[in-house]
Amino acid sequence: MSRKQEIIKRTRKEEIEFRKLQKAISQLPEPSFNNPEKVQPVSQVVVPTVIQGVLQEKLNFSEDEKDKIIDKSVILDTKGIRLEKIAKVKKAKKRFILKRFWPYLKPNLGLLIAAIIFALIYSAFELLIPLFIGRGVDCILGTGNVDFDGIAKYAVLIGVSIIGFATFRWLAGYMENSLSYRIEQQLHIDIFKKFNKVPLKILDGASVGDLQSRMVNDVDNITDGFVLGLTSIFDCFATISMTIVLLFITNPIIGGVIVAITPISAIVAFIIAKRAHKLFKREAKNLGDLSGTLVEMLGNQKIVTAFQYEERSIQKFDEINKRLQDSSAKSVFYSTLTAPTSRFINGILYAVVAILGCIFACNGMLSVGKISMLLSYANKYTKPFNELADVFSDLQSALASASRVFNVLDIENESSDIGLAVIKSNNGKVVLKNVDFSYTQSKKLIQNFNLNVDKGQKVAIVGPTGCGKSTLINLLMRFYDVNSGEIWISDHKITDITRKSLRNQFGMVLQETWLFSASIRDNIAYGKPNASDAEVKKAARLAGADYFIQTLPNGYNTIINENGDNLSQGQKQLICIARLMLTTPPMMILDEATSNIDTRTELAIQKAFDTIMKGKTSFIVAHRLSTITSADIILVMNKGNVIEQGTHSELLAKKGFYYNLYNSQFSKY
Amino acid sequence: MRKLFKYFKGYRKQMVFAPLFKFLEAATDLFIPMMIANMIDNGVANQDVRYILIFGAIVIGLNIIGIISAVICQKLAANSTAGIAYNIRKGMYNHINTFSYAEIDKFGTATLNNRMTHDVDRVRKAIGSFLRSVTRAPFLLLGSAIMTMLIDIKLSLVFLVIIPLTLSAVFIIMKFTDPLYNKTQKNLDKMSEITRENLQGSRVIRAFNKEAYEEQRFARAANNFRKSSVKVTMVSALLNPITMTIVNFAIIAVLYFGGVQVNSGVLSTGQIIAFVNYMLQISGALVSIANLIIIFIKASTCAKRINEVLDTKTSIVESNHQFVTPVPNSPKIEFKHASFGYAGAAKEAIKNLTLKVYPGETIGIIGGTGSGKSSIINLIPRFYDCTKGAVYVDGVDVKAYPLQQLRNKIGLVPQKAVLFKGNIKDNLKWRKKDATMEEIYKAVKISQSEEFVNELSDKYDYKIQAGGKNLSGGQRQRLTIARALVGDPEILILDDSASALDFATDAKLRKAIKENVKGVVFLVSQRANTVKNANTIVVLENGQVVGMGKHNELMQSCSVYKEIYNSQTK
Repeated sequence: MSRKQEIIKRTRKEEIEFRKLQKAISQLPEPSFNNPEKVQPVSQVVVPTVIQGVLQEKLNFSEDEKDKIIDKSVILDTKGIRLEKIAKVKKAKKRFILKRFWPYLKPNLGLLIAAIIFALIYSAFELLIPLFIGRGVDCILGTGNVDFDGIAKYAVLIGVSIIGFATFRWLAGYMENSLSYRIEQQLHIDIFKKFNKVPLKILDGASVGDLQSRMVNDVDNITDGFVLGLTSIFDCFATISMTIVLLFITNPIIGGVIVAITPISAIVAFIIAKRAHKLFKREAKNLGDLSGTLVEMLGNQKIVTAFQYEERSIQKFDEINKRLQDSSAKSVFYSTLTAPTSRFINGILYAVVAILGCIFACNGMLSVGKISMLLSYANKYTKPFNELADVFSDLQSALASASRVFNVLDIENESSDIGLAVIKSNNGKVVLKNVDFSYTQSKKLIQNFNLNVDKGQKVAIVGPTGCGKSTLINLLMRFYDVNSGEIWISDHKITDITRKSLRNQFGMVLQETWLFSASIRDNIAYGKPNASDAEVKKAARLAGADYFIQTLPNGYNTIINENGDNLSQGQKQLICIARLMLTTPPMMILDEATSNIDTRTELAIQKAFDTIMKGKTSFIVAHRLSTITSADIILVMNKGNVIEQGTHSELLAKKGFYYNLYNSQFSKY
Repeated sequence: MRKLFKYFKGYRKQMVFAPLFKFLEAATDLFIPMMIANMIDNGVANQDVRYILIFGAIVIGLNIIGIISAVICQKLAANSTAGIAYNIRKGMYNHINTFSYAEIDKFGTATLNNRMTHDVDRVRKAIGSFLRSVTRAPFLLLGSAIMTMLIDIKLSLVFLVIIPLTLSAVFIIMKFTDPLYNKTQKNLDKMSEITRENLQGSRVIRAFNKEAYEEQRFARAANNFRKSSVKVTMVSALLNPITMTIVNFAIIAVLYFGGVQVNSGVLSTGQIIAFVNYMLQISGALVSIANLIIIFIKASTCAKRINEVLDTKTSIVESNHQFVTPVPNSPKIEFKHASFGYAGAAKEAIKNLTLKVYPGETIGIIGGTGSGKSSIINLIPRFYDCTKGAVYVDGVDVKAYPLQQLRNKIGLVPQKAVLFKGNIKDNLKWRKKDATMEEIYKAVKISQSEEFVNELSDKYDYKIQAGGKNLSGGQRQRLTIARALVGDPEILILDDSASALDFATDAKLRKAIKENVKGVVFLVSQRANTVKNANTIVVLENGQVVGMGKHNELMQSCSVYKEIYNSQTK
């Protein structure tokens, strides 16, 4: 890779990481005193997990070891480039995005309309309350001049309004939330289904953290912006227009003053928010740097200790810590300014209304009760404006999120399986004809490759680190499609049969041990959920896993935790092998299946493999050559090409690449 | 929380002044309804426009004082909290750097990281809200209550009802929502977990044709998440309607009883309006106080987690800071009946190891995964202490060394080949800060890295990304070996650190080490070939030494060694 490409790749990667962190941080809960009643969005609760996710991912990266990963790095050449680029999705127009949202809104239209109507009703009640209070005050004219009947009447009206307000406000909130969570669920499910339908090429190239964040954060953003935003826009406009009408009925001049001054508060708030956002971005970057350093240093604290590097590490950290302090002092200052400034503008408005109201009252143009009413409208009227400013910024980020989400949903699916044939009986033959394949156009890999495998043959694929040994497996399982040429399995061209039927022909164990968080039993029975306990145990015994599983506190019911760190890498691999032992497909693929297991245990497992592989066509990718000397065909790969092919003794006799590779294992000082 | 007070150092003054300025702002808020009541009662009643304008100007002036003090308070609060967060992070980082392996094991990186970022941030925010509202809300509450009492003591009894009523409503709702939030969070975690599993295991899932099953599993989790989220909002959306209802019913009461008072001439209409205004202020203050309390409860759990880190004392104590002189003619390293068990583990990882290593010797340690190979070498630099027995270096118990002197003797190549962000040169200077280029070249040559380093675009200035992502596993591993070789360590430890190298490179590397390294070499490996030519081979199984000697002897006497050797060569 040239230096230039290197830099481009790195900046893109950093940009993505940065964006993720920035996003996570921008959602950190800032206690909102302005608006304490605002329902805490779930995203606030989620943030730590998201940050964790980002960090986790970084940790996973540094964990990659051995040649398999480098093998994969050929695929991952594109890693770090935006999903958008890998998937070649066109950038959708903003207008278009709203249209895309319609199918999700449509089935829930009833709820949306009800939520809006209820919101209008409660805003009306809310506005009536000060009106009635004002009228009530007007019933109190002075000593001996109090209209108690009037007070009683308005008391009832206030009571009815407040109960009406409370009821409809709660109902509206409930409906808005039901609506947004329904839409969220539909989006979640659709995205998840998409993940299972896109070509593996996309998943290999994209980062798990990024996709996960689209699923969790972006969807949350969308519903926040579109659904909650939509209803509160209606709500705000209703409140604003009703207030304007009421104000002008009460007193057009004061009403005019209120209408003119209030938006200033929203504008000021908007300006401050914009500036604060910029500062937050800088803080986010610094926090990202800090986390990065923490992951790097704390993650390898043992090395730091071993090399007496503590002081230098503390120095490095201090520098970033200091930067974070500076930027966070600034961003916090700006972001907390909104509340006092809007209070200030409100206060000024309040004073102006009071002055004008009193002057009008002097001239008998206004009652005292109406002054109190105007004051309270002046107070209330600013709120919808500030809310609108919020809604618009939410909408902005919702639009950005929506394009990220729809970009996932727009990725083209794998070619359809519908109407394709199914393999009924397997004759064990595998044929590759003139196969050309490369992950990226720039790097040619397999070229014009031919192979004939008969029933029961054992095909081994060997080669040095990073030679593309796993590529062949990717093609056989149709994880990737060949660029040109054909692959035939049991006399069927693999593009003519369903993927399901093709993959059912193979039992597969990979070097990367994938287990899900459930009991060990469930993990072993993954391919055969209705297996009996005896069958599971038998499979585990064959894989040499039975003994260690029994020593675990809960035996087969031990839950594998999220990171699987209650098991060693080797133990996990044994469980994966047991998983394979339980199913009996006609062909086998072992991709470095025993790489994490010590050689003595490996020998025992090898025997079990030999038994179950008897008479079955099998493909074995191996690092240790001693395990494959009995193979019928050995493919020696280097730099993506098959350079030698034959049996062990043939290849040794050739004294070529394989000969050197094999002997290097036994070389002496 | 109290334990964190010492990190307030340098910001104490600001922390006192911030609330004081906030107090000033709150005071202006408090006077405004009074002024307006005056305007109505005196100005309007006497039709005195001048009076109205004067008091109107006072109200505006109060507002200006209010905003200025608010800005000052905000500035002080922002500066001091950012500074305190800096202090806490610095304190934690310094403290973590004193930890030994045992404490690092105990916490784990993810936790430490989370505590240093998320928990510190929570605490910072809590202190910030405290500074910004500690005076305002309670002061408004109290002040409003006093003001209303001044207006009319009987009427102010209304507050005796609404204050406890509002507070208990807030707390009851919080009590119900809190566990619901936790449940929602758990459901969300589950959903994310399934997503991650699905993305990471896409090959296996497709190979087993389990897409539909996974989708079902996810749909269930998504449904649970929706249900619990809706439930939370159902309860928490009650807060606003309930508090509003309480306050407005109180206003009804004020109107009625106020009417009675006005009727009998005790109160004026303007005072009623002021009363209603105070009422609204109080309801706002009540919600703020409740919020503040909740923020503090949450932050105190974060503070607890921070303190847990700070209170953890390292188990490796340096008892001696004086330079130790070696005992002449003693073995370079000696294990005397050394046993070691990890904290909380039922079984010992090493049992009763006795071994003498003389200068210039190479020791091979071999055994299956989990047999205790790494545990042995961790005892030499005192990453862990023996639970029984002792380890001697140059005839002196390792516990008697200053850590720096002891660890300076050692060059360690860990199992995990990790390099750090920075260029290759920086990475190679880890063991010796002031290493010369000659020393670096030599180490690079021995470690078989010379060829690929010279092929890199910037050679020794080549920038390594975090974790060394931009190098291959084998390249990284060779550089970690070079890193340990810089400065000629007396003891070189290779902890299974050739696993990513192909056999040919591995052999060349061993040859170069044998020719160039004068100190004691420990080779930990699973490969029999790697340790075959060592002066002494230690064979481990389940922490027990099952064989010790030269290759030929072990082939005769040790069945485990023989099996390992045969499994790799046949």
